[in-house]
Amino acid sequence: MADIRNNFVGIKSPNPFWLASAPPTDKAYNVVRAFQAGWGGVVWKTLGEEGPPVVNVNGPRYGAIYGADRRLLGLNNIELITDRELQTNLREIKQVKKDWPDRAIVVSLMVPCEEESWKAILPVVEETGADGIELNFGCPHGMSERGMGSAVGQVPEYVEMVVRWCKANTRMPVITKLTPNITDIRKPARAAHAGGTDAVSLINTINSITSVDLDNFAPQPTIDGKGTHGGYCGPAVKPIAMSMVSEIARDAETPGLPISGIGGITTWRDAAEFMALGAGNVQVCTAAMTYGFKIVQEMISGLSNWMDEKGHKSLDDIIGRAVPNVTDWQYLNLNYITKARIDQDLCIKCGRCYIACEDTSHQAIANTIDGQRGFEVIDAECVACNLCVDVCPVEGCITMEELQPGAVDERTGKVVEADYANWTTHPNNPMAKVAAE
Amino acid sequence: MTTGQFKDGIAAGRLEPARYADNFSDLHPPLDDHEALVEADRCYFCYDAPCMQACPTSIDIPMFIREIATGNPIGSAKTIFDQNILGGMCARVCPTETLCEEVCVRETAEGKPVQIGRLQRYATDEAMRQGKQFYKRAESTGRKIAVVGAGPAGLACAHRLAVNGHDVVVLEAKPKAGGLNEYGIAAYKTVDGFAQAEVDYVTAIGGIEIRYGQALGRDFSIASLTGEYDAVFLGMGLAGVNALRAGGEDADGVENAVEFIAGLRQAQDLSKMPVGRRVVVIGGGMTAIDAAIQSKLLGAEDVTICYRRGKDRMNASEYEQDLATANGVTIRHWLQPKKVVAEGGKVTGIELEYTAEKDGKLIGTGETLTLAADQVFKAIGQTLEAGSLNGGDNTAPELEGGRIRVDGEGRTSLAKVWAGGDCIAGGEDLTVSAVAHGRDAAESIHRSLTSNGRA
Repeated sequence: MADIRNNFVGIKSPNPFWLASAPPTDKAYNVVRAFQAGWGGVVWKTLGEEGPPVVNVNGPRYGAIYGADRRLLGLNNIELITDRELQTNLREIKQVKKDWPDRAIVVSLMVPCEEESWKAILPVVEETGADGIELNFGCPHGMSERGMGSAVGQVPEYVEMVVRWCKANTRMPVITKLTPNITDIRKPARAAHAGGTDAVSLINTINSITSVDLDNFAPQPTIDGKGTHGGYCGPAVKPIAMSMVSEIARDAETPGLPISGIGGITTWRDAAEFMALGAGNVQVCTAAMTYGFKIVQEMISGLSNWMDEKGHKSLDDIIGRAVPNVTDWQYLNLNYITKARIDQDLCIKCGRCYIACEDTSHQAIANTIDGQRGFEVIDAECVACNLCVDVCPVEGCITMEELQPGAVDERTGKVVEADYANWTTHPNNPMAKVAAE
Repeated sequence: MTTGQFKDGIAAGRLEPARYADNFSDLHPPLDDHEALVEADRCYFCYDAPCMQACPTSIDIPMFIREIATGNPIGSAKTIFDQNILGGMCARVCPTETLCEEVCVRETAEGKPVQIGRLQRYATDEAMRQGKQFYKRAESTGRKIAVVGAGPAGLACAHRLAVNGHDVVVLEAKPKAGGLNEYGIAAYKTVDGFAQAEVDYVTAIGGIEIRYGQALGRDFSIASLTGEYDAVFLGMGLAGVNALRAGGEDADGVENAVEFIAGLRQAQDLSKMPVGRRVVVIGGGMTAIDAAIQSKLLGAEDVTICYRRGKDRMNASEYEQDLATANGVTIRHWLQPKKVVAEGGKVTGIELEYTAEKDGKLIGTGETLTLAADQVFKAIGQTLEAGSLNGGDNTAPELEGGRIRVDGEGRTSLAKVWAGGDCIAGGEDLTVSAVAHGRDAAESIHRSLTSNGRA
């Protein structure tokens, strides 16, 4: 049985599945339900400084985009940090941590960008017995207009400064949560690293408008005829999040910086992918908000069974395993040649591969076989782009088959070479010529 | 007081009055908005979709489903009506399980096709509910065309001719339009007077005059029409019924299934529809199924369909056969009628001979079986009444296998005369095929009356 216990910057939890700072972790009631369901930890929804709490809108806070059958693919929100009294939250955190000592409780914080504000809140959080803090430098809406959230996260110098204040004023591990609303995610990660952060977590939500009400021409969610950009999350953002996680994981300037992966994680498989790309654990929100807390049971058994099947004994066996395989385009092997193959037994003859290839790609699929409706790849035209695989509704029906060295690529007429050769040395690359001279 | 199921003979009112409405309610209730969206989402939007290929009217099915999925049922309805102006009825009565839905790739993939018929009904119902008319008549061509029969073929032909700017006179033998949509088809497939609503919707385009009580061969002849009109379309269906060719079939209680079905469709009060206690239906097509199920629904105790060949040769689809058995109808194969048994002129049973296939030919085995019956329905096919084609002036179109021979565009052997629907040779005897014939003949007529479609 695989060991899926997690130790993230010294914070221990029975599994690597934490709930991200968000509505599901706003109060003891929800968090206790989450722990009962089996979640390994939570990042308590962001606390602000002492004083009258923020107020939320009283109309809709969320917008969504859907896939087929109204499956929620992306969610956006305009909710702010907790709108409950600081003391109420602290009291509940303390009690829950006491009742659930084996679970991780990290407290998300967002206070004004002044050292005094941080000095004031850190000791009171520490007093709860929480396992660590997460700095919310990510919220893209509302709080950012007040100089907090992503307004800090977008300026690496501020990130470094605040992290430094926190490290100087608490013994708790500091996790710096990064905003994706920036050009190069490595810059704030490096800044957090320079400030002494124990870890980074990413991604926070992405600036977004999910839809427009075409009757009154207002963005949704609509508040009295107006809308504002919100933070986007859910399965749709997973590819963006994974790319950013991998960028930090392979950045030579932040070697070994622990990463808590966030962004559209819905199944054990998503979690395993994030961890393979360097995340030490994962945080989940939208999936829980869509299906409830029970999904963690599928995540635990799925991850565990997969690890057993593959012989991975602990999470350390998988964390970061895909990082060495993330490279730059220029280093990809141009001598690696594949062709699409359609399994005629699995094919249901919908023709989507054909029309996608015919209309928008390389005219490499025939739509008849021996005069009958049927779909077959024309090797002489197939550039192996994979679009047919992506549009096929039947999993495993179309696959990419590697041409072995010595075989002839019918498209180019050339023999497949065994050697690795990339763009840096390709004769068509003007830079390669310069280098050779 | 109900007569009850167990009264011998043929009697009305076998059921509690309230049961009739239940028994004859919509077989497939309409999809609501949510159901339609969920179902539409299942469509893969196939390339050169098999469903579209299987549709005799070539409706662009993936497109109309996509339009439903994107909240555009009106656009969807137009996509359907562009190819099939009787798309509403076809959505209800098409044997989709042997047409579009049989070849749906999700049938291939998971044995559960997209419910194309019900989605088509969803879109067309919405457009008709809104009274949305999609077509305007072209400028008048001054041409006048006679259409014989206001059934699916005739209506489709008349509509397309009207769209193209021609004036159309439809000559209908019966007091109502719609043909089999009105007088055939099981009642539970087209409830709430849909057939007449559809006739009104189709003719609302204008330029279509329907004259009732006008029968070919009785009130007019083909020659009289070709003399008066610029073109003629024959779409009068099959008025004749095949005989059992069994002794004693003139006994009381031996009836034509088509007449029984028509009577049922026209009945104001189903509790007044008489039906036998024990009913035997001879035949293997849709008419046999419709007569058998409806007999059962009217309260017959025991209903048996006897077909002279095996299950796989029945013209009724597997779905229809299952529907019959689910309603308590017994289907027996390899039996052919030999003699109607009667007492005092009234049918009391039918003697059947077992059959077998030998060297591809059907033979009687000599062994017989007698089933008790108070009522026997003949449902072994309808025939063209060829006599009506010839008004005595030797201008009948040529026949093929007892039906009118036409070319690919619906032209008969007579100049200026087209034909379509069940009365032509080589058809499939389906509403949807009749619509395709009528529509295509209209385009052919239009081309012949104009130069390349220009008036």
